[in-house]
Amino acid sequence: MTQAYRLAAGGRIDRSRTLGFSFDGKHYKGYQGDTLASALLANGVHLVGRSFKYHRPRGILSAGAEEPNALAGVGCDDAHYTPNLRATQVELYDGLKAESQNRSPSLVRDYGAVNDLLWRFFPAGFYYKTFMWPRKAWTKFFEPRIREMAGLGRSPQTPDAACYAQRFAHCDVLVIGAGPAGLAAALAAAKTGARVILCDEQAEPGGSLLAEPDAVIDGLPAADWLKAALAQLAAFPKVKVLARTIAFGYFPHNMLGLAESLTDHAGEPDDTSPRGRLWQVRAKEVVIAAGAIERPLVFPDNDRPGIMLAEAARIYAERYGVLPGRKPLVFTAHDSAYRTALALHRAGCAVAGIVDMRPAADGPYAAAARRAGLPIYLASTVSGTGGRLRVARATVVSLAGGAEQRIDCDTILMSGGFTPSVHLFSQSRGKLVFDATLDAFLPGAPAEACRVAGAGAGLQTLKEALESGAAAGAGAVGGAAVTYQVTNAPLARGGFIGVVPGHVDPTSVRAFVDYQNDVTAKDVSLALREGMRSVEHVKRFTTTGMATDQGKLSNMNALGIMSAELGKPVSAIGTTTFRMPYTPVPFGYFAGYARGELFEPERRTAIHGWAAERGAVFEDVGLWKRARYFPQGGEDMRAAVARECRAVRGGVGIFDASTLGKIEVVGPDAAEFLNRMYINAWTKLQPGRLRYGILLREDGFIIDDGVIGRVSETCFHVTTTTGGAPRVLAMMEDYLQTEFPELDVWLTSTTEQYAVIALQGPLARQVIEPLVEGADISAKAMPHMSMVECRIAGVPARLFRVSFTGELGFEINVPADYGRSVWEALMESGLAHGITPYGTETMHVLRAEKGYIIVGQETDGTVTPADVGYSGMIGKAKPDFVGKRALAREAFATQTNRKQLVGLLTADPALVLEEGAHIVADPAQPKPMTMLGHITSSYWSETLGRSIALALLRDGAARTGETLHVPLESGDARVTVVSSVFYDPEGVRLNG
Amino acid sequence: MLLIPCPYCGNRPEIEFAYGGEAHVVRAADPGQVDDAGWTEFLYCRNNPRGDHAERWRHAYGCGRFFNVKRNTYTDHIEASYRIGETRP
Amino acid sequence: MANLVHMVAPARRVPPCADTGDRRYTPVNGGARFLLRLREAAIGPAAEALGIDLAVPLNRASVVNSRGAMRLSPDEWLLLWPETEAASVAPLLAARLTDRRYSLTDISHRQTGLMLNGAAVPDILNSGCALDFDLAAFPVGMVTRTNFFKAEAVLWRQDEFSFYLEVWRSFVPYVWSLLSIVGREYPE
Ligand SMILES: [Zn+2]
Repeated sequence: MTQAYRLAAGGRIDRSRTLGFSFDGKHYKGYQGDTLASALLANGVHLVGRSFKYHRPRGILSAGAEEPNALAGVGCDDAHYTPNLRATQVELYDGLKAESQNRSPSLVRDYGAVNDLLWRFFPAGFYYKTFMWPRKAWTKFFEPRIREMAGLGRSPQTPDAACYAQRFAHCDVLVIGAGPAGLAAALAAAKTGARVILCDEQAEPGGSLLAEPDAVIDGLPAADWLKAALAQLAAFPKVKVLARTIAFGYFPHNMLGLAESLTDHAGEPDDTSPRGRLWQVRAKEVVIAAGAIERPLVFPDNDRPGIMLAEAARIYAERYGVLPGRKPLVFTAHDSAYRTALALHRAGCAVAGIVDMRPAADGPYAAAARRAGLPIYLASTVSGTGGRLRVARATVVSLAGGAEQRIDCDTILMSGGFTPSVHLFSQSRGKLVFDATLDAFLPGAPAEACRVAGAGAGLQTLKEALESGAAAGAGAVGGAAVTYQVTNAPLARGGFIGVVPGHVDPTSVRAFVDYQNDVTAKDVSLALREGMRSVEHVKRFTTTGMATDQGKLSNMNALGIMSAELGKPVSAIGTTTFRMPYTPVPFGYFAGYARGELFEPERRTAIHGWAAERGAVFEDVGLWKRARYFPQGGEDMRAAVARECRAVRGGVGIFDASTLGKIEVVGPDAAEFLNRMYINAWTKLQPGRLRYGILLREDGFIIDDGVIGRVSETCFHVTTTTGGAPRVLAMMEDYLQTEFPELDVWLTSTTEQYAVIALQGPLARQVIEPLVEGADISAKAMPHMSMVECRIAGVPARLFRVSFTGELGFEINVPADYGRSVWEALMESGLAHGITPYGTETMHVLRAEKGYIIVGQETDGTVTPADVGYSGMIGKAKPDFVGKRALAREAFATQTNRKQLVGLLTADPALVLEEGAHIVADPAQPKPMTMLGHITSSYWSETLGRSIALALLRDGAARTGETLHVPLESGDARVTVVSSVFYDPEGVRLNG
Repeated sequence: MLLIPCPYCGNRPEIEFAYGGEAHVVRAADPGQVDDAGWTEFLYCRNNPRGDHAERWRHAYGCGRFFNVKRNTYTDHIEASYRIGETRP
Repeated sequence: MANLVHMVAPARRVPPCADTGDRRYTPVNGGARFLLRLREAAIGPAAEALGIDLAVPLNRASVVNSRGAMRLSPDEWLLLWPETEAASVAPLLAARLTDRRYSLTDISHRQTGLMLNGAAVPDILNSGCALDFDLAAFPVGMVTRTNFFKAEAVLWRQDEFSFYLEVWRSFVPYVWSLLSIVGREYPE
C-alpha cells in the first residue's frame, strides 16, 4: 500500500528506511521516525478506535501524550503485549503489530455501536441509577455485560516476558521537558557545573522545535539551534539527557518518578535486556517545562474520524511530512490554527475555510492567511458535521444567525487555544491560580523546590519560553540570566472554553467534552441540573477527566460549561486534583527486579543445602525456607511426620533450629534490662542457666517468647521466635534508647552468627557426648535448662540443654560457617543410634503433645500470660516490666470469660479438627451461633495414636471435662475439654 | 519517598527509616502510680493532627538511633529533627 | 563408644555465590568481625587497647594495617579484623575496660563481604540503594549501614569506584543474584 498522504519532502523522518507494520491485520508502510499515528495518517487511516461507551468511530485527535482516541494494543505476542498505548507515542519499527480496541468484530462493523443508537439511555450517572436494583440483576446480568463491553483494551493473559530495570538518581536540577524552555533551563544550569537531568517523553528532544520551520534563534534556524543545544549539553559531564522518559509522578521532597522506555522502539524483543527503567530521582530543584496542550472545541458531532487538533495537524505535516487530509476545514478560536491552515495550504491542500468564532482575527498569521486568499468565516461556528466513518462535511453558521452553509471537507482542524500542562506542578501540591485573560490555570505558589517555565507557565512566545527556561535553570543553581534573540515567531492569541455558541440546542446533540470516557456537554449540564455543584461531584457523576488521559483535553471545557451554566467564574469553581501517573506506566516498571525468586530475599540456613540434597520439603516461615519434613521412599507428609515423631520419642532426632532469633544482651545492667522487658525475674538466674521468657507488649498481651541463657554475669543469650526476631530487637532498642537510656547494656543480633542444631530424644546425649570437648554433659553436671560453652566437633559452641519436644534435648549453637560440618559430624555420630532428621511439622506435633505454645498460633495479640496458664512465670517482686501495668487494669481483673488455653480430644480419635474452627456449646442453636472459642493447633499424634487439639476457649480452665461441639463442613464434631498437656504431664522425660 | 534529616547522619532516604508513632508520649517512671484512665490514655490515645506533628523515627538501616521529627502531616514538610531527650522546637 | 572429636576437621563454609562471570564482583570470605559498643568515655581507652583510632566521625572508617573500625552509630563500631588476631580482641578490651561498661560481640559468621570494583559500580548500587554516590555526598572513606533492595547492608567506599559491601549471610545469594542481573545493564 502506498503512503498516499505522505509529502515528497520535509519533516524529520528518514525516507530511506521504509518500515512495514500491521494494524488490525492490514499491512502498511511507514518510515523510520514515524509514530504509529503518523504512519497510519500517511496511509490515509483515520478510523482507529471505537469509543468507550457509545462505540462511536473515532480517529486520531492529537500528536502527543494527550491522545484520548487512538489507543492501540501493541506486541508481537501475548507475552509482549501492551494494551492502551497511545498511537501518537508508539514509535514505528519494522514488523510492528498493532490492533485497535473496543470493537467487535472490527472497527468498521462494530456490534457495540448499537449503544450509539441507544445513547439517550446512557446518560451520565447511568451506572449509578440503573443498576442499584435489583442486586441480583447487577451481579448476574449487568456487570458481566458491562465488563465485556466496556473497559479499555484487553489484558494480556501470559506473564510479561520482558524484564525491567530500576535506578535511584540524584541531581541539582531535574528539568522535565526538552522543548525550548527545558533546553534553555538545562543549559543555564549546566553552565554552573551543576548536576542536571533533562528528561523528555519523546524519542527526540526538542519539543515544539521539532516542528518549527520558521523561527530563528540567536541567528540559527530553530532546528539548527536545537542541534547545537543538544551538542552543548552532551559536552557537560554532569548532564544526563533521558529521551523516551516520562516524568509521571511528583512525590514529596522533590522525589520524582520517571519511566524510561528502553527497547519498545526497537521492535525485536530481547528479554534479557530491560524493556524500561523506573527512575526515582531526588532533585534539589525541579524545573517543569512540560508545555501546553491544545484544547478541542466542543461542538455538535465533534468526534468523527478526521476531526483533529489544529496544532497536531501542523505537526504531522511539518515533522512527519504527512497530510491529515487534502481538504481541511479549520475551526478555531485561536490564531495558531491560521498557521496550520497556511502550512497545509503551502503543502498543497485545498483549505476549505477557516471558521473563527471571534468577530475579528488580526495577528500576523491571520493576515498571512488573508493574503493567501484562504476563505475566512469570522464570528461563525460549526453547527454540525457529517460522514459515517470519516468526516465529509460541516455546516457553518454565523453567530449572528442566518442560513447554515454546507462545506465539504475531509478533515476538521480545531483549536480552542492552549491549556498549560500543570499536572506535575499540581501533583507536587503547588497551588493553581486561574488566569482569566488566558482562561487557564497557572502554577501559583510552589509547595516544593520547583519552578515552571515556558508554555506550562502560560507564556506564549518562543522568546519567553527560552528566557523563562533559562531564568528557571539559572535560578535553581544561582546562575546568570540569559536573553535570546528570536525572530519569525510571533505571538498567537485567542482561546475559548466551554460549549461553542450556536443555534442548536446543545442538550439535544452530542458535543463531546471527554472523548475517552464519552462524556458530552449534555452530561455535564445534566449533572448540574441534578444538583451537583462541586467540580469534584460533577467529575465523579459524569466521569469527565477520569479516564487514563486524566482530562488533559477535557477539564477546561467541562469547567467552561459549568461556569456558563452556574453563572460563576471558573476561579470560583476551581479544578480537580491531578494525580499520578501523568500517562499510564506498565506495572513491570514498578515491579522492577522484584519478581520470581527475587521478589523477596529467600533466606536459607547453613544447613539448608544438606536438607535439600536429601529431598526435604521446605516451607516459608517469614523470609526463611525451613525444612518441613524429610520424606523417605514414597512417604507422604503424614507418614514422614509419624516416622519422625516416633524416632524422637523413641530414639533421637536432629533438627535445624538456626532460624530462631538470637540477641546478645551485654553489659553490667543486662539482667536489669531483661527484668524490665520480660515478665520473668532474671537477677537470680545463675550464669550457666536457662529460663523460658515471655515478652509482652505494653498493653499486656504476649508478643514473643524464647529461652534465655545467662552466659556470664554481664552477658545473656536471648532467643526469639523465628518471625519475631527483628520486631523484638527493634522493641528492645526502643525501650533502651528512649525509656532506659541510663542502663549500661547493649543489644546485638546474633541470629545469623550461629547455626543451631537441636538434638532431641532419649538417645540425644549418646550422640553428642563423643563430640564434646571441655564440658561434662552428664545429667548430673548438666541438668535440664542449663548451658555450657565448649567445643563440639572441634568447633567452639554454646551448648544448651533444652527441650521443645518434652524429651531429653540439646541445642548446639556453633558459628554459622561451621554449621553444616557440625551437623554432618552429629549425623555420623548418630548413625549407630538411628538418628533421624526431622522438620518443622514434627516439631509442631511434638510440642503440641506437650502443650507448649507457639506465639502467633496459640496467641493472636489478645492473649495474656494468664490466658495460657503462664501467670506463675511472672516475677511478682518486680516493680515494673513492659505490660505489667496494663495487666493490673481493672478491666482485666473483672473480666470473667476470657479465652484460655485448653486441650481438646475428639470423640472420634481419627478426626483431626481444622485449625481455626469454632467451638460452640450447642450445634443445634440458630445461626449465628454463640462462639465459645476456636482451635489453634490440631494434629495427628503418632505418640498417642489419636488426634489432639489446642484451643482458646472462654473460661476454658473451668470447663475441663465438658463436652462441646465443633461444627465442621463434614458435620458436627463432639469434643471433650482436657488439659493442654497431653503427654508426660509430670515432665519426667525431660530429665533423662 | 521522604528525605528525612537524621540528627546524626544528615538527610537520608525514607526507605532507611522506621516510623515510631507520636513523639513525647511519656511512659511514667513508676507506672504503678498511674490510674487506669491515665494508663489507657498512654496506651491508646494519640493525636492525629492535620498540620504539625511531632513523631518518632528510627534510622533503622543507618545509625539505628531513635529521634524525633516535626513534620507537617498535610504538606509533609519537615521543620526540624532532634534527638531523644531534646525539647520539642 | 569411640571419641569422635578428632574425626572431623571442621570446614568453614560460607554462603554460596553463584558464578556470575562478572569480574567486578568478588566474594570476600573469612575474616573476623565484631560489633563494639562503647560509651563516650570509653572510646579513648578502647582505641588504645585495640591500637586503632575509634574517635572517627560517624559513618567513617578507620584503618590500620589490615584492621578496620567502621563507626556505624555514635556508640557502635564494626571491627574487621584478621582472623589470626581475632582471639586477642576480647582480652585486650577486658583488660583495659575493667568496669565492663561496653559490649563486644563476635559476628564473624553473621555477615559476608563482597568487593565491588568498576566505573559502573555506583550506578549498579543505585539500582537498589537510594543513597547519592556523588563523591561530595558519599566520599571515599565513608561507610554506612543502608539497604540494598530488601537486604540490610554495610557499604564502605574504599575508592571512587571500589566499594566493600557486607550483608547478612542468608541474604548473600539474593544480593549476589541482583548484582549479577543489574551488572548486565552496565557491561564491564
Ligand atoms: Zn542516622
